[in-house]
Amino acid sequence: MRYIEPHGHMVSRTTDDYQDMATAGCQVVCEPAFWAGFDRNSADGFYDYFSQLTEQEPKRAARYGIQHYSWICLNPKESENLDLAEEVLSIIPEFLAKPRVLGVGEIGLNKNSRNELKVLEKHVDLAAQHDQLILVHTPHLEDKLKGTRLILDLLRNDARIRPERVIIDHVEEHTVKLVLNRGFWAGMTLYPESKCTAARAIDILDLFGTDRIWMNSACDWGHSVPLAVPRTALEMKKRGYTRDIIDKMIYRNPIEFLSQCPKFKVPEE
Amino acid sequence: MTRQQVLDLYFMEARSKVLDLAAFLDRMDRAEGKEDFRLAALREAISQLQGRRTRRAEKVLLSLSDPSVTPVDRAMGQGACGAWAGPIAPARRKKKPNSV
Ligand SMILES: [Zn+2]
Repeated sequence: MRYIEPHGHMVSRTTDDYQDMATAGCQVVCEPAFWAGFDRNSADGFYDYFSQLTEQEPKRAARYGIQHYSWICLNPKESENLDLAEEVLSIIPEFLAKPRVLGVGEIGLNKNSRNELKVLEKHVDLAAQHDQLILVHTPHLEDKLKGTRLILDLLRNDARIRPERVIIDHVEEHTVKLVLNRGFWAGMTLYPESKCTAARAIDILDLFGTDRIWMNSACDWGHSVPLAVPRTALEMKKRGYTRDIIDKMIYRNPIEFLSQCPKFKVPEE
Repeated sequence: MTRQQVLDLYFMEARSKVLDLAAFLDRMDRAEGKEDFRLAALREAISQLQGRRTRRAEKVLLSLSDPSVTPVDRAMGQGACGAWAGPIAPARRKKKPNSV
């Protein structure tokens, strides 16, 4: 099996996780910037984190034969302090120019607040100005439906944004259709309790097909499973999916989306 | 897949989850004090399972979701709790960290 982990917060994970992922066939991991579990107090804190993502983590991944890419942004949870957000937004372009940065992400909404929307709009503007791919985080649990609607409206109102260059992550049964019908890519996050289980993610494939969709573990500092993607691939096999379709889902689909960024290099066979 | 294959693959897991749900409701009954909006939300979600319906998973998620469309004035630092408290009851929410 070969696969790409298109959304993993590897700074939170151990070297054992890298070892296990490499053993399971992981060739590439992509790491969106996210919330550390606490609010950072200064733009310097973000600068250091972005440096960790773009310089340190690729080296750590390379020791296991895994290519590492990242996405840069301020997390929606960190949007209420607009002054700090402005300061952080001003340092992002420096990182967008780095060789292993794929785009702006994971931006989006958390509690669907006015300030979160303002900061989202600024990120989308930044992505449009710098011709970047976009990775969007949709809110948790009861806030997901409303947040997904607000995000899709905002993106659709910006004529510069092409939906095929945007992935809307953490879709579930009640949001996947909204995303795919508007031409965006959809990401399914495989979590043990919230978001999608493997069985439900495969149900979504049964219902909506395997185009413009990927699966990720979003492994981070919370309850999550770094091997969720290959384990779901095994469950797809039990459900009668062919080797070719499984390979499309866990390898070729991520490549199709990510290759829209010229910096992304397809792993050597 | 045939219905037999789906049963073979998932029946034991579904059985276990139904039992966990039943035991959770019994545990709630035995406990003391007041419940909050989450229990009513869960009962409403459970009602989506009964009868010969379609798209049950989607309907359960919709029944637990905030249906409003207007952004809130300010995110007060609270995480999501899994059920919508309703338009006037955010103060009743339990503050709880959520995942990323
Ligand atoms: Zn994430």
